[in-house]
Amino acid sequence: MIEVKNLSKAYGAKKALESLSFTASDGEILGFLGPNGAGKSTTMNILTGYLSSDQGEVRLNGIDILSDPVRAKKEIGYLPEHPPLYPDMTVDEYLGFIYDLKKVKLPKREHLHGIRALVKVDDVRGRVIRNLSKGYQQRVGFAGALVGDPKILILDEPTVGLDPKQIIEIRALIKKLGQNRTVVLSSHILPEIQAVCDKIVIINKGKLVADGAADTLAAGLSKEHDVVVQIEGEIDHVRKLLSAVAGVKKVTDGKNLAKNVTEYDVETAPGTDVRRGIFAAMSENNCPILMMRTKELTLEEIFLRVTAGERFDTAAAEEADQSQSANNENGGADLDGNTKA
Amino acid sequence: MTAILKRELLTYFHSPIGYVFAAVSVLTSGFFFLMFCLGYGSADISSVFAMMFFVLMVFVPLLTMRLFSEEQKLGTDRLLLTSPVNLGGLVLGKFFAALIVFALSTLVLPFYGVMLSIFTEVNWASVWGNYVGLLLLGAVYIAIGMLVSSLTENQMIAAVGGFFLNLVTFILTPLSDAVSDSSLPLGFLANALKYLSVYDRFTEFTLGIFDFANILFFISFAAVFLFLTVRSVDGRRW
Repeated sequence: MIEVKNLSKAYGAKKALESLSFTASDGEILGFLGPNGAGKSTTMNILTGYLSSDQGEVRLNGIDILSDPVRAKKEIGYLPEHPPLYPDMTVDEYLGFIYDLKKVKLPKREHLHGIRALVKVDDVRGRVIRNLSKGYQQRVGFAGALVGDPKILILDEPTVGLDPKQIIEIRALIKKLGQNRTVVLSSHILPEIQAVCDKIVIINKGKLVADGAADTLAAGLSKEHDVVVQIEGEIDHVRKLLSAVAGVKKVTDGKNLAKNVTEYDVETAPGTDVRRGIFAAMSENNCPILMMRTKELTLEEIFLRVTAGERFDTAAAEEADQSQSANNENGGADLDGNTKA
Repeated sequence: MTAILKRELLTYFHSPIGYVFAAVSVLTSGFFFLMFCLGYGSADISSVFAMMFFVLMVFVPLLTMRLFSEEQKLGTDRLLLTSPVNLGGLVLGKFFAALIVFALSTLVLPFYGVMLSIFTEVNWASVWGNYVGLLLLGAVYIAIGMLVSSLTENQMIAAVGGFFLNLVTFILTPLSDAVSDSSLPLGFLANALKYLSVYDRFTEFTLGIFDFANILFFISFAAVFLFLTVRSVDGRRW
């Protein structure tokens, strides 16, 4: 369990974090998302006691990191963005050192063997870390974070530098570890967060901009029921028909899929559902609808919206709707809204 | 603390630094032994210890330069500072590791006494007194070097900075003489400088004076610098 309340931190005049609050429960994997320089690493450094905050409180399983740092640090395993490896040590020496450093009480041989097997570094256990590939080094760093079987794992971009197969393995491992631990995972790679996390915290310029379950965030923003339809019929005619439906704001024709079959993006007024109207209009004019679905927001779109400047919460979804068009112009148009990454 | 101590000892002998320091210590002291004892046919090895003051002033920073600088550079300070270790233990672990390497490297000096004892009567109290003085001097130099190392992530700067501060501890002696020789009414300043002079106090060991006040001075001096190192490492969190 991690509780963060009103965390603020400034580097000189630059405010790195401003009044950041969130919680992560046991058995929850929290995705910590934000553009580069948003304050992700700063937050993680404060959570782990590497940096001190100017204001605010961090409690790890109920223990305050400032008032009882040694006991609080026993609860955490931390993998910083650059794994803290001693290049002159072998993998075995390194893990043994961390075991001694953390004064772990578990049986040493079995515990370290279990970790090596889990992150698959057993085959390089006798090798000097300097000579390992980036992927192996990252995994040795991960292994280090797992020594002592900490109940809280803080992972700063854990899959950087891994090949796709390793990424899948590490994600699966994080999911598995997250079943009975609290995991905070930072990343600027959205699919990673989407694939692994139960809950998402998005920060931008040191401020919390969105906080909630991945699905809730998407649902909150997709109330407008923008739709994508594939209709058979002459383009201009169909476009006219669609534009005439009550609630439709804008129609954009997209891909020409086959002879006379085109896909249209239909933008709607906030709070309206145009699906029935479209069905009726097309059916009257004998233009068969081959496919119709609402446009669900991907994490990419949510991310672009909330980091564009406005504070998002589910209740204020209407407000977010207003700024949608602006965001779409800013780059939302590049994103294929239909593709779950 | 023991985990850090073990790791640092391992690193000293994984890298050339430990061996280089030991080699310098053995070679230079061997040269002075050859010159002052064997060359002049003297059984007094105090002059060898006296000369070692200057050698160590230059070379101890080599032992200490990487202690904190390298951790910062590699990012391993994150591992240490987010582990359930208190900073005092961390600093002491590193300090004792360097002191052990120092002690092992200079262990050859009392051994010269053994060599002399083959030919003549040796004053063992003086030999061991000198060696204790040398270890205390090493502790002071190591503590100074650690503080400088904790202030920078550049090992070169850490070494040069450590050497510079060691030099200051020596310069206090001529400075104090200069002040007391001048016509200015600065007697108290001369006394204060003399009181702080590491060189003067070390010289007393080499003269065969085994004064507990001096021992206490060296220990306190090192303790102050170790404390400042703890503050410096802690200060980086803010």
